[in-house]
Amino acid sequence: MLRGQLEGKDLEEYVQERVLLTRLEEAQNWARKNALWPLGFGLACCAIEMITVIGSPRNDLSRFGAEVIRFSPRQADMLILSGRVSIKMAPVIRRIYEQMLEPKWVISMGACASSAGMFNNYALVAGADKFLPVDVYVPGCPPRPEALMYGIIKLQDLIQNNQGQGWRERYNAEGTEEIA
Amino acid sequence: MTDPTRVPYRERERSVTMERLEDQPVSETTAVMESDATESEELFTINIGPHHPATHGVLRLLTTLEGEVVRDIKPIIGYVHTGIEKSCEDQQYWKAITFVERMDYLAYYFNAMAYCMAVERLLGEEVPARAQYLRVIHLELNRIASHLFWIATAALDIGAITMLWWGCRDRDLVLDLFEMSSGQRMHTRYFQVGGVFEDIPPGWEAQVRKFTSLMSQRIDQYEALLDRNEIWLRRLKNTGVVSQERLLALGVTGPLLRAAGNPWDLRKAMPYSSYDHFEFKIPVGTVGDNFDRYRVRFAEMRESLKIVEQGLDGLPEGPYITTNRKVALPPRHELATSMEALIHHFKLVTEGFRVPPGETYAPVESPRGELGCFVVADGSAKPARVHMRDPSFVNLQALKHMGEGGLIADFIASIAMLDPILGGVDR
Amino acid sequence: MPDATGLELIAQRVRDSVGDGAVAGTWFYREEATLEVRPESVREVLEYLRDRDEEPWPLLMSLHGCDYLPDEPRIGVHYQLLSMERTDRINVKTRLGVDEPRLPSVVDLFPTADFQEREVYDMFGVAFQGHPDHRRILMPEDYEGFPQRRDFPIGGEPVLFTFNEHKLPRWYD
Repeated sequence: MLRGQLEGKDLEEYVQERVLLTRLEEAQNWARKNALWPLGFGLACCAIEMITVIGSPRNDLSRFGAEVIRFSPRQADMLILSGRVSIKMAPVIRRIYEQMLEPKWVISMGACASSAGMFNNYALVAGADKFLPVDVYVPGCPPRPEALMYGIIKLQDLIQNNQGQGWRERYNAEGTEEIA
Repeated sequence: MTDPTRVPYRERERSVTMERLEDQPVSETTAVMESDATESEELFTINIGPHHPATHGVLRLLTTLEGEVVRDIKPIIGYVHTGIEKSCEDQQYWKAITFVERMDYLAYYFNAMAYCMAVERLLGEEVPARAQYLRVIHLELNRIASHLFWIATAALDIGAITMLWWGCRDRDLVLDLFEMSSGQRMHTRYFQVGGVFEDIPPGWEAQVRKFTSLMSQRIDQYEALLDRNEIWLRRLKNTGVVSQERLLALGVTGPLLRAAGNPWDLRKAMPYSSYDHFEFKIPVGTVGDNFDRYRVRFAEMRESLKIVEQGLDGLPEGPYITTNRKVALPPRHELATSMEALIHHFKLVTEGFRVPPGETYAPVESPRGELGCFVVADGSAKPARVHMRDPSFVNLQALKHMGEGGLIADFIASIAMLDPILGGVDR
Repeated sequence: MPDATGLELIAQRVRDSVGDGAVAGTWFYREEATLEVRPESVREVLEYLRDRDEEPWPLLMSLHGCDYLPDEPRIGVHYQLLSMERTDRINVKTRLGVDEPRLPSVVDLFPTADFQEREVYDMFGVAFQGHPDHRRILMPEDYEGFPQRRDFPIGGEPVLFTFNEHKLPRWYD
């Protein structure tokens, strides 16, 4: 039934249902965005700036809710892919991504994770988006801690507004949790 | 004799599997629980995989355990291999500085220093005195930053999480200084072939002096937290002992060798870039265990502060980069007046300078050991081969000897005290 | 650094004790001494320099390779030796052809050569006979090709510009 064809009581019911669900969804998104737990995944130089964001008292990520870094993929929401992705490491990252539970987001931090960075050669996968669905790209080499925080805040906006995640089907990313 | 290149690789992985314990050689490290060895003879191979909170970077360790005692370790590296050396062959000499900086990503000035020293030696260039002093100041500040980050992550591994916040906080101060002098926090392209990129801004010296006075108090604070702490001492004392001869045979240099008793430091033994103008001491340990390694690095931080202060006191006037316009860019104001400067600028930016054919190896003392850069030049504007002898790559061979025969928790502490940087290991 | 005459004396002593054909040349460039030896006698020369020379060089600091295309023989392997007592360095190098790249392994003389020889094998394809763990170290185990050779392409993706962006295939094709 399309919305334009409902009238009278049906329309009211319809609207009430949707409003309740929308409110609930908004609340759920608000809770999700303010409790993003990053997965501790540092590969190279960007990892140092990531640890500075998470660990330094000056740029403190826990005021945005990312208090805990969990090192187990089963307990984390957000994968901050920081550093260069080599061809030996790519299947490992994909496996770890699949082990994370829904809902999960990926931030590709730095130039080397977003594209090949300045290393356009045989040993790197040119960008993590070749095998992972990436939500936010943070450019820089390495990005400043403030830049990474801006990226995380953008991710929080994305979660709040629930922007269409239909592109996930293209990557075959739904339902890939490894339940061993 | 079969060709070693043709044996399938799975055969070799079999050396680390479940097998009986009969002929295990006695290791010279302090063996714990050797009398219980006859009962439990099953070995358990576990993969401390590339993604693990206790490895500094992506290092994969195939550990063979017997209960809690480590029997064999096989490190598998290559997960961050970026082909930097191959990429450098494709770039001009001064563009290769940015590539080379990203190898050992905590000690970026040292990579650039080794490379610039090698290229300057091939060119036969003299670096002016002011540039040498500025290089020394930046190198020592980078050494302090690297050791602060090391103690932050090492203490996190061992359990003293407070050091993570304190170490990162002070490292931010050093990065602020770098940002003031060069514009970038990490991987600044500050060292150029022939000197440094530009002169320091006017308020920089005052900021550095503020930092050095603050930092010596902070190091006292850290030592007060850790030095007499019983948990820290129990975790670190008499664990991971390797003798000096074994370390020398393995090619290990840097704080690991100095903790074992050998006072080999390239800044004193084969001084470069006017290090012989400075007065500083080399801290040397006695036993060679993890606690000595921790003490050596802390004492090195203090000596570095002294060097920075001496450098600022004695900073000579003069040009900050070589005046040879065939190698270094001319200052911008000359481009408006002199035609030759314009031609040199154009040549340098498009083609780059050419280096006469030759090859050389230039070592520096990085916070992890001897970092050497081997450059082969073939007369064109691009290097024919750039290879960095990275200290973490060679030091990683000592990991097996540090962990064998000890408990796995001590092994994790040994990895933390070894301070490997996987960017340098894999290049 | 031994100076030029010191290098000649070392070369003479090596010739006397190992054999006349061992030393292929000496180079002294920018205060650095290099002794070039033939690939067959590398092990004996290093053993002599480590143990029996009157000025011994007990430490191997670096073992690295280089591809000298288009100069033949193509592959060079360098051994950088250090003496802490005299604070001196010397470089010993050999040149190999690319058809039969074999060298005796020096792991029992210098245990530090373990990872470094594996890296030279991985990057250049030089087979070190007698190495206890001869396999690739940096590239994936089943990788084919030796990346650091000069004729190996640098790889990577072509860069997208406006003139070629419609012609290059994208990942979703």
